[in-house]
This record gives sequence, structure tokens and C-alpha cells, in this order.
Amino acid sequence: MTELGTAGLSFDDTQPVRIDDTATVPATSAPVIDIEDVHKIYQTGTLEVAALRGVSLTISSGDYVALMGPSGSGKSTLMHILGCLDVPTSGTYRLAGEDVSAMTEVDLADVRNRRIGFVFQQFNLLASLSAWRNVELPLIYAGVDRSERKERAMAALGRVGMGDRVEHRPGELSGGQQQRVAVARAVVSNPDLVLADEPTGNLDSVSARDVLNLIAELHDSGRTVVLITHDAEVADAASSSIRIRDGQILTPAATSAGGPA
Amino acid sequence: MKLLETFRTGLEAVISHRLRSTLTVLGIMIGITAVILTVGLGEGAQQQVGSAISSLGANLLIVSPGSSTSSAGIRGGSGSASTLTLANANVLANKTVAPDISGVAPVVSASESLTAGSTNWTTTLVGSNASWLSVRGRSMAEGRFISGHDVQTNAAVVVLGPTTASQLFGGADPVGQTVNVAGTPMTVIGVLTAEGSSSTTNDDDQAIIPITTAATRIIGGTSRNNLSSIYIQATSSQTLSAAYQEADNALLSLHGITTATNADFTVTSQQSLLATATSVDKTLTVLLAGIAGISLLVGGIGVMNIMLVSVTERIREIGLRKALGATPRVIRRQFLVEASVLGLVGGMLGAVLGLAVAIILPHFISNPIAISAAAIAGSIFVAIAIGVAFGVYPASRAARLAPIDALRSE
Repeated sequence: MTELGTAGLSFDDTQPVRIDDTATVPATSAPVIDIEDVHKIYQTGTLEVAALRGVSLTISSGDYVALMGPSGSGKSTLMHILGCLDVPTSGTYRLAGEDVSAMTEVDLADVRNRRIGFVFQQFNLLASLSAWRNVELPLIYAGVDRSERKERAMAALGRVGMGDRVEHRPGELSGGQQQRVAVARAVVSNPDLVLADEPTGNLDSVSARDVLNLIAELHDSGRTVVLITHDAEVADAASSSIRIRDGQILTPAATSAGGPA
Repeated sequence: MKLLETFRTGLEAVISHRLRSTLTVLGIMIGITAVILTVGLGEGAQQQVGSAISSLGANLLIVSPGSSTSSAGIRGGSGSASTLTLANANVLANKTVAPDISGVAPVVSASESLTAGSTNWTTTLVGSNASWLSVRGRSMAEGRFISGHDVQTNAAVVVLGPTTASQLFGGADPVGQTVNVAGTPMTVIGVLTAEGSSSTTNDDDQAIIPITTAATRIIGGTSRNNLSSIYIQATSSQTLSAAYQEADNALLSLHGITTATNADFTVTSQQSLLATATSVDKTLTVLLAGIAGISLLVGGIGVMNIMLVSVTERIREIGLRKALGATPRVIRRQFLVEASVLGLVGGMLGAVLGLAVAIILPHFISNPIAISAAAIAGSIFVAIAIGVAFGVYPASRAARLAPIDALRSE
């Protein structure tokens, strides 16, 4: 943690400043995420499965929130909707004040690219690309120049402690190392919201702790973090937690601006 | 995302998926090589059969004089009249009179004795013009053939058939030697290549001299402008009947004959050969189209399968790229670049391989392989079109999925 912690302090210093950079966003309690009465119904043949049944939730800028629930509770569906990877069947979703449910495909791609960073349980790295080439992917779609892309990808990998393995392919890295690369990819475009879906689900306890520390650093540097897990121990890392079961929220969201845990 | 970046991403995907790209390129390459070779073999066979038939004289017409009737009322039979003249032949050679006639060789022939030193040999002496060589489909073994200049100047030159040459000169080189033809010394300027003998004449045993030389120095007298026959070459076997009509009409009007049945000449062609040539041509064309179609279909299905499989197993990648901010358009373009590059590289390699085999293979088998630009261009176009269609269509369908559905697909 000490070495990583030192690296973590430089998160904002080395990032090129952008309009939507978290550093320029005052850490007020303005909601980043504001969803209201969201339903999600999956249709499998004639069978309708309601994954979300009227979820309302606000998460303020700078919060570190754990979304907890057993498998099948709808927490992954909720996260996919929060990340604009899926659209709700009904209800509204405002991301930083913008109504996402009314957005076009192209605008949604832009939102995913600039505002949201993803960390998946399965890492989802492209096996054919080296670590830094995986990290630069969001920057390619953001239209960043080649030289700047490499610089920023290298810097992001350095901050997650992977600076000496930038040319390794995912297959040549351990699970923990792959997840660090995925964290670097999530933050390389400097999003203000990071969504982590069971980020430690496929890792041993040591790697899991490392990754959770990295995520905590993201929060420390001012980002809003939503962590999805079924593990209470992992959820403890967050400043507040929301419990979800059978597609409904059990404990209402703590909407206070969360400090470090 | 800039176009250049899309291009680079697509190219890098091609390079990084080495095995899959190699297999795709290999599939396209083999398909195109197969199309080029099968079409080439087919066209080679068509050309071979065509030239074999035309060397038999499928586009040759022979005009013979009609029959003569003596004062005693005895009819001389076909060819006995002296109705064909050099002037007739010159009219037939006129392109505006007979556009479908490519060559006219007026011929006078006589049996004459040739002497070279102490050796003598009796052969068929043919008087003709420079067109004779191509009209009769012959070629030179050595030396040159009679030129237009030789005909104009009544030159004392002679071209010998290979049999005639060896009978007169044995193994010695006859070109430049002097031969005494019916008392007139003539210089040997060339020797024909061997053709083989037909049932009626030995084409290798003859001597050809300019027709003007034959008229003035050998035959002379009143019958010197009368021709034994006129050989006419049509521009192709397809235009043979047109050439027949043109020759027939021209001669009828030259001879002032209004009723075709009273004609004082006959035009003959090898009708059965022509019919064979036409039917063989039709069969080969159908065969060729069939071969090309089936090869393209098989090659196309191969390309289609590889592209479909390759895109299907990359739907997760499409989902991830969308999650990271790629728009459906960018995804479509990436796969378009990938498919085009694979199609183009495979197509080029296939064309090169096909050409190489088409050049090398005829040295080992007896069949010629014609190189067809249309087959090369067509097969590359079809390969790329199929590659792009079946590479881009599933990719663009996947790009329309919600990112999470694509990410979760197995």
C-alpha cells in the first residue's frame, strides 16, 4: 500500500487538465447519478423477468458507494444501466444532470468514453494487444493524438504499479496484474465516475486487496466510485453501501458526500 | 475517431490475429488461384481447339472457275474454264467490297520440272502473292516468303516446300542457291515448315513463286492472267458466311451475271468443319462459364464461412470497444477495413500464385493455360465483395447490440 499510496498522490498532478476533470469539479453534494423509478424487464420467450422493480437512487459527486446484494438481486443490471451499457425498460436516469435515457447511440458512446471508467470482474482486456495498447483504447475513441495516447497510457500504468510490464500481453500477466491494467484503462480518459463490477471476484486475497487499494485511491483523488459486490468485506472499503435484493433497494442510499473510509 | 485511426486499428487487428488472418487470406488465395487456373485451362482448351480447327481451314473459302464447254459440246467439268483473273482477286482483297475477308491469295499452278545443279525434281509450281503464307496457314522454316515487292517486280525468286528442298539440295542450305524453273533461273529465298500431306496433295512438296513471275515467265500467252483458284481467308470462322456472300456477290457483278445459278465459278467452304467449330465453341463457352461460376461460388462460400466465424467469436471484443466509447459506425469501419485488407491481400496473392502456376504448369502438362484478365479481376472483386459483405454485416449487427449483451455473449 505504501508504494502504491505514494503513486496515488500524483493522480491528478500528472493528468492533462480537461474540462470535465474531477479536479475542477467542486466536491459538493450535487448528484452525479440520479435514477428514478427504474424498471428493467428481460423477456425470455414468453417469460418476463423483472430484474429491477422501481429503483430510485442518487449518488453524489465524490462518493464511494458499494452496491451490495446476492447474485440475482439485480445489482449487475443496475450497474450496467448506470454505466450506459444497457437501457432501462422504464424510468429516468440523469448522469451529471443530463438525461441519459433520451440520448442517441452516438451520444451514449461519448458518455461511456469520457464520463465513465469500467472495471469488470472478467478484466475484459483484448488478448491480442499489449498492456499499454489496451489502456490507450478509450483515448483512441476520444480522438487523442497517438503520441499523447502513449504518454497517458504509460503514466496510467505507472500509477497502478505496472510501469515495468507495459509491453506484456494479458496472457503473460497474473489475474491481479490484469485487473491493475484494467484499472489503468478505466482512469486513462480521466472520467469522473468509475464503475467496478465485482472487481475482486476472480482474484486471490492479496491481489484483491491491492485492487481495492487502487480503487480507494481513485476515490481519494476526487472521483465518484460505485463498487458492486456480494462480499460484505469488500463493501466495507466503501464509505457507504446500498443493499439491493429482488430488484429493489433495501437500505436507502446515503447521499452525504463521503470522505475516505 | 479519425479515419486514419480506424484504418490503423483494423490493420492491427489483422496483424495481431495472425493465425486467423493467415487462414482467411489462404482461403481467399486458394479460391482465386482455382478460379484463374480453371478458367485458364478452359480458355486454353478453347483456344487450342479453335486454332486446331482453323488450321484445318475452317475460315477458308476456295473460289474455283466454272466449267468450260468445248466447240464440240464437251463440258470440261468444274475448274476447266478460265473465268477467274488476277483483277477479280484484287477486287476481293478490297476492304470496302469485302470487309469480312482478311486475305486473298490468287493461285496459278502447274506441274514443272526444277533443276538444281545436276539434280532435277518435278513438283507443283504455285504462283501466288504475299498473302498465300497466312491464308494457307503456313510458316517459314528459314529465309523469307515472297514479298509484295517481289510480286510487283516479277522477281525471279522461289520458296520451296521442305520435301522439294531436300530432294533438290539434300542436307545443304538451299537459301541463296539458284534453281532452274522451266528454264528460268530463280533464287531460293526461303523454305516452308513441314505441314504433312493431306489425302489429295502433298503440301510439303511444292515451289511457290510470285504470281506475276509465273504469268510472264512461266505460263505466258493469252492464259497468263487466268487463275487456277482464289483462296480467301475470312476474318474469323464466325464471319465465314458473310465473307462467302461478299465474294459471291462481288464475282457475280464483276462477271455480269444476274442469276446465281448461271455462275461461271464456284465458292466452296468446309461447311462440316465450320459446323463443328461452332458447336465446339458453344460447348466450351458453356463449360467455361460453369467452371468459373462454380469456382467463384465455392471460393465465396469459403470466404463467407471464415468471416462469419471470425466476427462471431469477436462479439465480446465489439462489446468491450463499445463500452470504452466506440460508436457503431467506428466498429463497422474497423471490420470493413479488416475484411477489405484480408480480401485484397488474399486476392493479390491468389492472382500472383494463379499466374505463376499458369506459367509453370504448361511446361509439365500438354494443356495450355490462358491467362484471363477478366477471370483475375472478377475473382478478386467477388472475393473482396463476399469478404466485406460477410465480415461487415455480422459486425454491424453486433455493433447495434447493447454493449452489455455483446460483452456477455459467448
